[in-house]
Amino acid sequence: MESADLAAVWLTLKLATVVTLLLLIFGTPIAWWLARTHSRLKGVVGAIVALPLVLPPTVLGFYLLITMGPNGPVGRLTEALGLGLLPFTFPGLVIASVFYSLPFVVQPIQNAFEAIGERPLEVAATLRASPWDAFWSVAVPLARPGFLSGAILGFAHTVGEFGIVLMIGGNIPEKTRVVSVQIYDHVEALEYTQAHWLAGGMVIFSFLVLLGLYTFNPTRRKVL
Amino acid sequence: MSNDIRARFRIDRKDFSLDVDLALPGRGITALFGHSGSGKTTCLRAMAGLERAPGGHFAIGGEVWQDAASGLFVPTHRRALGMVFQEASLFPHLTVRGNIEFGQKRAASVPPAGGVPEIADLLGIGHLLERRPAELSGGERQRVAIARALLAAPRILLMDEPLAALDLKRKLEILPYLERLHRELAIPIIYVSHAPDEVARLADHLVLLDQGKVVASGALNAVLSRIDLPAAFADDAGVVIEATVAAHEADDLTRLEFTGGTIFVSRRPEAIGTVLRCRIHARDVSLALVPPQQSSILNCVSAVVSDLAPTDTPGHVLVRLDVVGEPLLARITRRSAERLDIRPGLALRAQIKAVALLA
Repeated sequence: MESADLAAVWLTLKLATVVTLLLLIFGTPIAWWLARTHSRLKGVVGAIVALPLVLPPTVLGFYLLITMGPNGPVGRLTEALGLGLLPFTFPGLVIASVFYSLPFVVQPIQNAFEAIGERPLEVAATLRASPWDAFWSVAVPLARPGFLSGAILGFAHTVGEFGIVLMIGGNIPEKTRVVSVQIYDHVEALEYTQAHWLAGGMVIFSFLVLLGLYTFNPTRRKVL
Repeated sequence: MSNDIRARFRIDRKDFSLDVDLALPGRGITALFGHSGSGKTTCLRAMAGLERAPGGHFAIGGEVWQDAASGLFVPTHRRALGMVFQEASLFPHLTVRGNIEFGQKRAASVPPAGGVPEIADLLGIGHLLERRPAELSGGERQRVAIARALLAAPRILLMDEPLAALDLKRKLEILPYLERLHRELAIPIIYVSHAPDEVARLADHLVLLDQGKVVASGALNAVLSRIDLPAAFADDAGVVIEATVAAHEADDLTRLEFTGGTIFVSRRPEAIGTVLRCRIHARDVSLALVPPQQSSILNCVSAVVSDLAPTDTPGHVLVRLDVVGEPLLARITRRSAERLDIRPGLALRAQIKAVALLA
């Protein structure tokens, strides 16, 4: 494998790791809120979170490009803050990926929180646990399978994205050129051997991830 | 320190309403008894702060947890209570020890009945501490749930039909532990149930609820011996007496002594001196004006008629008797009542055909 390929693999892993961590941090409160709220906004928020499931990545990428571009509100803000523009940078890619993979992390965690039900949290309250305490000592441990699924799916989905990378990240070596883009370049250049290495690696990686998900993720233990 | 309880809740929902105003004793077991939908569980949840009852009031021994006038509502996790739900609801990710220490670690004070060893011993779960909830039987789980609630140093223990989800065998396994709690705990227990036998066996104070309203509230026998209760509670009418095992006789009978006299039952395993609760159904008591000379019914006590009222069973009346201060109910036909001229103040003999021992 050439160094450009290795750089692409490294960049992909870095991107997926950062995105997964950010999604666990931001996705968990969203999942908690969606699982517990009786607000009428639940449907609206749930639909927004699920949008990337149905939208072509190019659509999402297009709007993010405009929003983060020099004339978009986010772009003006980042420029005013002296951060420059986000498109065609690694942070820009991270932000786009966070939006794109959001449902893959939020939904499993939300389902796990919903499956816990009200009772364990009520029990925790009668045992003097504040809501914050009960969240960490009861809800999170009981929702562990959901967190595991969410993290794996979020990571794998970020590794596999292509359209949104092209729209937001472009194709800058070591900055935004991830594996899926690198494969595209190889195929365009008719470098099928290199394309095979990366593409085959992706197939094996994806298979192993899903195998792990289906084999090791315990069926949610019944809440006693 | 008095632990007397004041509870006033009003909840109005489309399909359900609760309107109770209770003063309950700060000791012993108070049973909230009623049929499903009577509001007993909602009332208990309101006491715990799990159910919002705006405008309500709840105080225990001067400590106010909810008060409409001052807008006070202490959230559940700041109330020194213990709660046992119908399903044990143990945390599956923790061992038995982890479960029972959950509340203890967070409690502000020391449990009234001692630490983990004492409470584990009280409930017979000492050998289960390192197990996972999934490895326990239903009865064991419920005992762990009770231990967990007690270790949180509650001022009051709330139990929501703790036996309802268990089969008869498990129920019989747990009841002795509940009786032990009753004897050994200084804190009041509010016990929600729809099983008359559990109530008769455990309760000191009884609150009857029907469609969200209090029908009666008072000492167990004072409520059980009322003859003016709605039909829903009257068909099972009967009183509970506490009797001491006085002797085991040669012909396989055990003699029990209670305030009102002596009764014989089939031989009991309990030692002499043990106090037993027995239930005497109104339908098992018949009346005679003179001491019956030739009768196979062994148990016969002197009684004075307090009052009588018609029942919902056609042609029958319910007679309340006074047996040296202890109430007794008899259900007889109206024809017999007229023939014997049963009236308040009349002295007669009450024949007890059957005694249900509750231990």
